[in-house]
Order: sequence, then structure tokens, then C-alpha cells
Amino acid sequence: MHEIIMGYQGEMSLKGLNRNQFESAMMKILRYRLKTVGKFKVYCTQSTFYMEPEEEDVDMDLAFDRVSKVFGLAALSRAVVCDKDFDTICQTAEDYLGASLHGIRTFKVEARRSDKTYPMTSPELMRELGAYLLGKHNYLKVDVHNPDFKVIVEIRDYGAYIHGPKVPGEGGLPVGTSGRALNMLSGGIDSPVAAYRMAKRGLALDHIHFASPPYTSERAKLKVKALAQLTSIYTGSSNLFVVPYTKPQEYIRDNAPDVLFTVLMRRSMMRIANVIAKKQGCEALITGESLAQVASQTVKALQCTDAAQDLPILRPLIGMDKTEIVETARHINTFETSILPYEDCCTIFTPPHPKIRPELAEILEAEAAMPGLAALEAEAAENAERIRIRITDQVEFEG
Amino acid sequence: MLQNPELHYLDNAATTIVAPEVADVIDKAMREHWANPSSLYGPGARSEEALNAARAAVARTLGCKAKELYFTSCGSESNNLALLGAARTRTFGKGIVVSGFEHPSVQRPLERLAAEGYNVTVVKPRADGTLDINEMLDHVDKNTILVACMMVNNEVGTRSEVERLAAEVKRRNSRTIVHVDAVQAWMRVPIKLDNIDTLAVSGHKIHAPKGIGALYLSDRLVQAFQPPYLGGEQERGLRPGTENLPYAMGLAAAATRLAKTMHSRDTAMRALNQRLRDGLKAFPEVVINSPANAVPEVLNFSENCIKSETMLAWLAEAQIYVSSASACGRGQPSHTLAAMGKDPLSIDTAIRVSFCGDNTSEDVDAFLNRFEDGMKHLQRIKK
Repeated sequence: MHEIIMGYQGEMSLKGLNRNQFESAMMKILRYRLKTVGKFKVYCTQSTFYMEPEEEDVDMDLAFDRVSKVFGLAALSRAVVCDKDFDTICQTAEDYLGASLHGIRTFKVEARRSDKTYPMTSPELMRELGAYLLGKHNYLKVDVHNPDFKVIVEIRDYGAYIHGPKVPGEGGLPVGTSGRALNMLSGGIDSPVAAYRMAKRGLALDHIHFASPPYTSERAKLKVKALAQLTSIYTGSSNLFVVPYTKPQEYIRDNAPDVLFTVLMRRSMMRIANVIAKKQGCEALITGESLAQVASQTVKALQCTDAAQDLPILRPLIGMDKTEIVETARHINTFETSILPYEDCCTIFTPPHPKIRPELAEILEAEAAMPGLAALEAEAAENAERIRIRITDQVEFEG
Repeated sequence: MLQNPELHYLDNAATTIVAPEVADVIDKAMREHWANPSSLYGPGARSEEALNAARAAVARTLGCKAKELYFTSCGSESNNLALLGAARTRTFGKGIVVSGFEHPSVQRPLERLAAEGYNVTVVKPRADGTLDINEMLDHVDKNTILVACMMVNNEVGTRSEVERLAAEVKRRNSRTIVHVDAVQAWMRVPIKLDNIDTLAVSGHKIHAPKGIGALYLSDRLVQAFQPPYLGGEQERGLRPGTENLPYAMGLAAAATRLAKTMHSRDTAMRALNQRLRDGLKAFPEVVINSPANAVPEVLNFSENCIKSETMLAWLAEAQIYVSSASACGRGQPSHTLAAMGKDPLSIDTAIRVSFCGDNTSEDVDAFLNRFEDGMKHLQRIKK
């Protein structure tokens, strides 16, 4: 059975004159995702992307799984291609869709033909194929307005296409069409979700992680690498920058008021992220902050963090509850990894009672009293380790 | 370490480095003894001969008959096989008595037996980490079918008097089975099998690779023994599966190698242990968790200042490797220290140093120097 995959455009089809750019970006992404699965021909007509295998023995389940996680497709389906004579169409429809017709009540047949020389008209084809399937599944009824299942047949120049069930895609826009941003990946539940949400809006991503050995362990780093790999299925390949942050962190601990420690540390991290972002050509920073989740995520504290550097900070989770975030984390399969119990840089040295509404003035005053911090930050940014994250179906680290 | 002065591997209770001569034996065995020991032709017969020789060599170090020794994949499997297989050979009662600081591969099978209706009594260790043998004996009566006790504790190194326990158990009820987990004891202390019915040992604690262990199973138990796995006649049908001949030969080589140096090693280990204890006296916060009767190879203490995870990573930066609890717990808090009733701070800051014959006084000094630096510089737990 010769199968193909079809992806349907969502928001992209609403674009005007620059729609071509989105489509060619999308095709490039689809080709890249399918490259390691097998040889595919990828093309786009009438707001639909077609992915046709060009060799035998291609794992179509894997191919479908890969492209169903690509942003920019509102829905996907698979179709089987067969000869155009009516008996073959009937037989193929029964073989391919028979299982989907079990356990439902109503169905309808839709037919389209771009090959106008075909001996049957579309209404005839619908009627005849419908009758054939009713004969095979006598418990079914036809409902043309609101069927449980739609059987779709397309007659094209070189064959008939019988579509399988349509499944929803991830939606959003093709990754890279909105530019590039640097995601701050702590190792917790929120930051992979933030990466996922921004990639969905078309941003290509790099990640930055702050490690503070010996307070954070080698396994904490492996965990973050695993999270970056897990999200790469959605976000595409990326770089993970691991910043050695022990020295700035200890310096802040030793030279600043205890209660301001967290906000000062976050500002320091933002400044380092800014340097690396600009070097990488990233136009924004992404964080997984959610309003009032912890002391450093109050409006006042966010104002202080924002003022630390000049790139826009995108906070896709700002209005989400933890339960909603967890739901998405489970959807993208990062939750189980996120909850592995390794200490990360955000939780060490934290004061028992941090200031909840810090004023920018007192923060700036505290920073003025830390003349040595800038040099330590520059050194940390300079020594960041770059780890290349490639799209993978398998993550090695399981904690 | 003797082989590499840069490396200070002090976590030998977690696993040991495979000895080069053991690796050579295995390498040679993989190339030469490729045939299945059960095959009838010449090479098969030679494999069988080599397997028998390996079995006899390991049995000699334990003082049992070769036919009473069964190769397994590890100490955990040996414990499981012994407990689950042996308990069901006794139908006169449901009582089981076990110490409170066993390895999980003893605890979990007994929990399963408890769920099946056996009556499991757990005797907690004393606060100093020793075990009250008399308290265990108090629970042994005519309904007791099994008593299990570890010979050397993996976390604090307690050397329990399993010999006396076994003798007294048999005096109270001659049909009670005595199981001993000797994974940490083998090749560290002499083992006498009198009155012991089943005893588990492991290869990777004695410089053989991971993936090989052995079980001593007294011939008295064989007839009624109900093995958890079925499917082959290997290992007298009690542990089916084609034998791992190269590793069995490696286990024999490792055991024979260490059996020769039991006495001299003990002296060297005591010296290292004392050196470490002396060095730790400089830190008033340090409290030793290992009891007085612990084997010299293991020293467990709490520094009561810095999280063990942090201290471990700090030491690891200088290639000094120790552990916080047992490696099997993957960073989980120590169940032995908890059973001893230690407070959360000492559990969170516990460090286990464990030696082998390849460690030198330089390793202890490297540890103490780096530890001192860490105690000075690292963030202390806020109280």
C-alpha cells in the first residue's frame, strides 16, 4: 500500500503577500524532519503540504509522528494512493478505513476530482462508494451534515487518493519565521513549556542554563540537556549554553543584602543572557515566569529584572496557572524529566524571606556596592559551554 | 590509587575498579571459551570444564562444596533467589525475622512475602549502628521459618555477628533457614558457613565486573527449593540461563586474587581508616556514624554543615570520589542512618568513604585536604 502524508495550513493561510515565505520555510522544515526517516518528496498546493515517500520500506508511523509535532500545521492526515478504477477504489477504501468505521454510527463519503476525464462524476462516486461501504458495514447510517467519520476520495491525474482520519496538528507558525530568541532553561517545569509556546509562534530558539558547581551536580546539567532535547522535537535544533555561574553567585551572596539576593541574581543572569543572545543573533529573551508564582515573579520584581538589560523579555506563561503549565509539560513530555530532584542554580543561597516588592532604586544601590560583579559576569559569559542539541526521538538521560 | 596517582577512588562499597588481571582472564575466556558449556562436542566440554574450575575456585574461598555454589548475575539476584526460593520450602510456620538495615534486595522480597501472608519481624539497629543479635533471637520460635541478616552493612560498615546468630537460631529451631547477605563482607572478613543455609556474594565489590554474583545454597535445601525462574537445567535448574562463563572465570580470578591477601589487607585498611579518623578530628562538627565494630574498609560520618550532594561534587572536581549513602539509592536519603534514628541534618550531610587494597595514604590525604577547603568555602546549611 502506497501511503502519503498531508499537512493542512492553519494561520499561515491567512497571510497575505508574504505567504510564500512561510510556505517555503515550512517545506524546508518538513524536509529536514523527514531526512532521517527516508527519502520524501515534499510540495505544497492549495494550502496543503504533501509528503510522498520515494522509496519502499519507509516507516510511515515515525514520519507521521515527526511531522505531527511541527508547528504551522493545523491538521494532518494520511492517505493511500491506488489505481483509479472503481473496484480498486472500493477495495482500497475498505482495507484502509475498515477499522476506522468500527464503533461509529454515521459516515459520509466526499469525493473530489481534479482529473475531469474520469468516467464518474463526484456525486456518482460518493453515492456508489457509500453504497459499497454500507454493504460491508450494515450497522452504519449516512449523515451528510454531521457524520462521525468522513471518507474522502480524490481523483487526480495519476491516481486516486483515499484519506485516513484527520488529526489535529500543533498549530502555530513555522519555527524561524518570527526570528530567534534565547530561552532561559532552569531545569524546572516551566522553562521547557515557555520554549514550546514561543516556538509555536515561529521563534527559533537557543537555550541558556546557569550551572553552579559544586552546588549543582553533573546530573543537573544532564537533566537540562535532556529537557532541551525533548523540546527540540517541537523547536528544532538549537544550542544550549551552559554558563559557569558559581563565582558571580557567590559574589552576590557575600556582598549584597540577603533579602535582595534573588532579584540581584536574576538581573545578573539577564545581563549574561543578553551578551550571549546578541552574540547568537537572538532578538529577545524568553523566561518561564508566571506572575506571583514566587517572590521574584511579582510585578515589582519583574520591573527590576526588565530594567537589567535592553532586549525584550517574552514571558508566555505569565498568565498561566501551575496546573495549566503542568498540563502542557505533560503534553510535550518534559514533566517527568523536570521533576527529577536535582538542585538547580535558582534554589541555592536563596534567603528564607526574600523581599517581595523590591524597589529599583534599592536594587541599583545594592549593585553599586558590588563593583567586582561586572568582571565576573563577563568572565562567566565568556566561558559558557556550547552544547549542540539535535532533534532526536530518544533522550539518553533518564535520571 | 596505586595505578593512577591522580585518581582518588574512595567509593569501593559502591563498586570497585576491575583488576587488570581479572580483565585479562575474561578477555581470554571470551576468545577461547566461546562454546556453550552444555554442548556435547569438544569445545563445549572444555567450556564446561572451565566453568567447573571457576565454580570450585569460588567455592574454595567460601569453604563450601562446588555443587553448593550457584552463579548469578549479581548480589541482588542472589538475595532474591535465596529468599523467594527458600521461604516456600518451609511450610511449618510463617515467621520471618530480619535486621532493620538490610539492602533493598532483601527488604523488597520480604515485603512481598509479607503481602503473601508471612509474618515479617524487623529488628531495628541500635542508635550506634550495631545490631542487637539477642533481640533478633528473642523473636525466633517454632514458627520462624527464616532469619535474614547482612554480615557487613553497606552504608556504615557494621560487622554483625551472623555466625553467633546462625548458631543460636539453629539451637532454637533447627529447621529455620538462615540467610546472610555477604556482598560487602566477602574478601573483607573471613566467612564461616557453619549453620548458614544461604549466602549471597557479588563480583563487582571484589574487582570483578558488574554482572556476576554467586549464591551459596546448602544442599539441605536443594530438593524442596522453588526457583523463581524456570526454563533450563543450568545451575542445577535453580538459576536457568546459559552460563556467563567469562565472567564466572573472572569472578574466580578476582576471589582467588584477594583470598591470598586477606590478612595483610586488613592491616593496611585499618591504617587508612585510622588516618582518616585522625584527620577528621580537626573538624569539631564531624560525627562518626560507623560503629566501633565496623569493618575498616567503610567509614561513614556526618559533617553537619554542607549538603552531601554539594560536598560530593566539590570533591569530584578534584577526582576524589565518595558517596552520600548507598549508590543503589541514587541520591535518596540513607535508610540505614534513618533506621539508626539519626536526625535529618546528619542524614543530609552524611559521607561514606570506602577503601580497597589499591588505596594509599595519599588518597586519604587528598580527601582530607579537599574536604578542609570545602568546609571553609562552601555554603553551609542554614539552621
